[in-house]
Amino acid sequence: MKSPILQTATRYLLPILLLFSVFLLLRGHYYPGGGFVGGLVASIAFVLHSFANGTADTLKILRYQPISFIPIGLSLLVLSTVAPLLGGLPPMTALWFEQPVPVIGMIGSALFFDIGVYLVVIGVILTILFTIALD
Amino acid sequence: MLFTVLTGLITSSLLVPFGKFIRTKGSIILPFIPVLLFLFYVLHIPSVAVGTNFTQNIPWVPSLGANLDFRLDGLSLLFALLITGIGSAIFIYARSYLKGHPYFDRFFAYLLLFMSAMLGLVLSNNILILFVFWELTSISSFFLIGFNNDNSDSRKSALTALSITGLGGFFLLAGLIILGNISGTFIISELFSKRELILAHPLAPLATILLFVGAFTKSAQFPFHFWLPGAMKAPTPVSAYLHSATMVKAGIYLLARFTPILGGTDLWSYTLIIVGGFTMLYAAIHSLFRTDLKAILAYSTISALGILTFLLGLGSTEAIIAASVFIVVHALYKATLFMTTGIIDHEAHTRDISVLAGLRQVMLPVFIAGLLAALSSAGLPLTFGFIGKDLIYDAGLNQKDNLTTLWTSLAVLTNVCLVAAGFMAGIKPFVGQLPDTFSKIKLPSLALWLPPLTLAILGIFFGLFPHIAGEYLSQQTTNSILGYNTTVNLKIWHGFNTVLLLSVLTLVLGSIIYIFNKPSALKLARIERFNYLSPEFLTKKIGSAITQFSCWYTALIHDGYLRSYHFKIIIFAELLLGYKLWISGPINLDFNALTPLSWYEVGIIIMLIGALYIIVSTKSRLTSVVASSVIGYCISLLFVVYSAPDLALTQFTIDTLTTVLFVLVLYKLPAFLKLASNRILIRDAIVALGFGTILSLITLKILYEPNTIETSNFYGNNAYLLAKGKNVVNIILVDFRGIDTLFETVVLAVAALGVYSLIRLRMKASEKE
Repeated sequence: MKSPILQTATRYLLPILLLFSVFLLLRGHYYPGGGFVGGLVASIAFVLHSFANGTADTLKILRYQPISFIPIGLSLLVLSTVAPLLGGLPPMTALWFEQPVPVIGMIGSALFFDIGVYLVVIGVILTILFTIALD
Repeated sequence: MLFTVLTGLITSSLLVPFGKFIRTKGSIILPFIPVLLFLFYVLHIPSVAVGTNFTQNIPWVPSLGANLDFRLDGLSLLFALLITGIGSAIFIYARSYLKGHPYFDRFFAYLLLFMSAMLGLVLSNNILILFVFWELTSISSFFLIGFNNDNSDSRKSALTALSITGLGGFFLLAGLIILGNISGTFIISELFSKRELILAHPLAPLATILLFVGAFTKSAQFPFHFWLPGAMKAPTPVSAYLHSATMVKAGIYLLARFTPILGGTDLWSYTLIIVGGFTMLYAAIHSLFRTDLKAILAYSTISALGILTFLLGLGSTEAIIAASVFIVVHALYKATLFMTTGIIDHEAHTRDISVLAGLRQVMLPVFIAGLLAALSSAGLPLTFGFIGKDLIYDAGLNQKDNLTTLWTSLAVLTNVCLVAAGFMAGIKPFVGQLPDTFSKIKLPSLALWLPPLTLAILGIFFGLFPHIAGEYLSQQTTNSILGYNTTVNLKIWHGFNTVLLLSVLTLVLGSIIYIFNKPSALKLARIERFNYLSPEFLTKKIGSAITQFSCWYTALIHDGYLRSYHFKIIIFAELLLGYKLWISGPINLDFNALTPLSWYEVGIIIMLIGALYIIVSTKSRLTSVVASSVIGYCISLLFVVYSAPDLALTQFTIDTLTTVLFVLVLYKLPAFLKLASNRILIRDAIVALGFGTILSLITLKILYEPNTIETSNFYGNNAYLLAKGKNVVNIILVDFRGIDTLFETVVLAVAALGVYSLIRLRMKASEKE
């Protein structure tokens, strides 16, 4: 499936789609979006790239094995779940910084939770698809 | 008190990273743990002896009533001393016994885990925590019995022990929960004052019986006794510690602990007397026919546990005093005998008493330990066993019913057999002519023979100065079990009376049996012909019947075809949902209340139906996959129409990825073949239509469920107030039901790992070929 048109298109589509996925991830708390959808969009970006240029090429761009995203994401999830325990609060209590951060807005533990979901979703989907594709 | 429980648990987990250090240089620190804990509890003796109780309450899960409540009274202290005291001896002994074993660190991790669990069990003042520790002892016992995991017998015995004690634990939990619900408290010391309330409740007998099952399985009472001889597959230090001195007494502890709460009823007394009485005699007779030293000890242990159950059943002041003394007597001599057996096994590499003889010439200190323990077990005057046995006979003779003779003669018969069994285990291997094969055996290191010798001497010491044991240990133990205060006055000599006569008779008869009874493999084979009557055999039958049933069931349900699983799952769901729909009454549909159809909704539905037609009629897999993705996109369009942008986004991306996944997999499949006959096609069509119809009906019905709106209102109103977000869907995912999300992502991760390992590992295997 090597088509020069698709190959050229993905060169520009990949960063745009990734940016879009981050956009979805960050706005999730107020508008449609969130870690899960963001992760799906990011995975689609990579899958599209792999269709155009081959899985080996995509893995080179990724630099790390997609499976390594899973433990990082899960650790983020668990950390943001148990972090309130350190302050003597029940687990999963939402913690927020006082001041909003430019561009991103309010930052709280829910955002890290969402980033964890984002990473796990990318890791899971790319692991499954690329493993099957390489088989 | 909590720290004494935690010390072992923490050290146990530290052995994982520091295993190598512990195996080599660091092993010297291991015995210090039980020794220090033992000293801690020894320091408590003076204050507990005058009636002080120590308590400690730490909240754990207050909403469930499961808190770390600990209480140290006479009974708890006695057991804590046994656990840490015998534990000290065992740790010193085992460090030498297992020197150089590749799993040395693992062994001590399990042993420490057990010690902590057992300490927690006897200190718990909360029945839920008690149960947690109860199960933990079963689990650590499982690991220790199966310690030689390359031996299939060992694994099987471990599994048997775990299933029996685990089953008992299950019953125990039910009993404890009933008890908690009747009385409204899970705290044991509060239960004491609610005795009348509990006993008046109609469920009290049920709770008692459930408690019995738990105690009987753990303490190896007939008909659950058979796991204990099997448990002898464990290394000998384990048998000495868990399966004679401590863990098997957990059931006895439980019965003793609940005596002031549930005891005294006819159900309580007669069940315990009958079960205990039968077990003690049955096991004592059995022990005479064994040729394996550990088997002899196992059966005599079961018998001793029977005696304790029997005494708790008698329930008189005399009987309880006898029980609290006999617990100590038995722990001291039985642990000693197990340890001497371990030394013999370690040095002579056999435990067969028809072969062993004359070992006193090569290991005199071990002989002394064995001899002293055997004498204490036989109840010779001036040993602690003598006092224990006197008290048992005393309890039998003073029972206030007209069956005194029966109880006493039962006790005497049991003890006659135990005298012989004790001599067989403690004396027989050491006397007689030393065979040439054993003449090269040397005396093992001090660390092996000093612990049993110390325990044996302690048995004599308490025999010579019984008032020490009476005043500092048995007095408060008896008070705790009875629930009221009494005086325990242990004396070295009771004068010439019936009890003494019976004691002498026991000794004489026991010695006669010892001299004339020559257990051999032949005799053992002869009684094993009756095995088909034994509970062990019946249990195995039931076990294999269950296995056969599962084989049959698996063959019936699991044919390995994905389509057939789908088919069965859908049929099952149809039946279940259809039934629920049927009983929930008719559906009232008010068409006027629904919003009118718009042209784009009609358009989407036409697209849906068109895609559906293509899927059903196409001859190509790829076409059908693409067409099914059209359905997915149509549904996400519907979500857009009904203003659910989050769902639409997710559905859209998921559908894209599913199609990609499908294409990747289908790409590798052979060309499409039409294998299904028309009949099967029609069958599948009916099932599919049925499922669709049922789901549509359910959807219609949901519209008229009154309370669905409350839930969404709650989330809608609180999303911004509580979670500072405006996107309710996302707030639910990451905040309100965040724990769900957390575990869903774990499920996803597991699925990915599954795919990865399935495909990668298969490739590795093919690479090897």
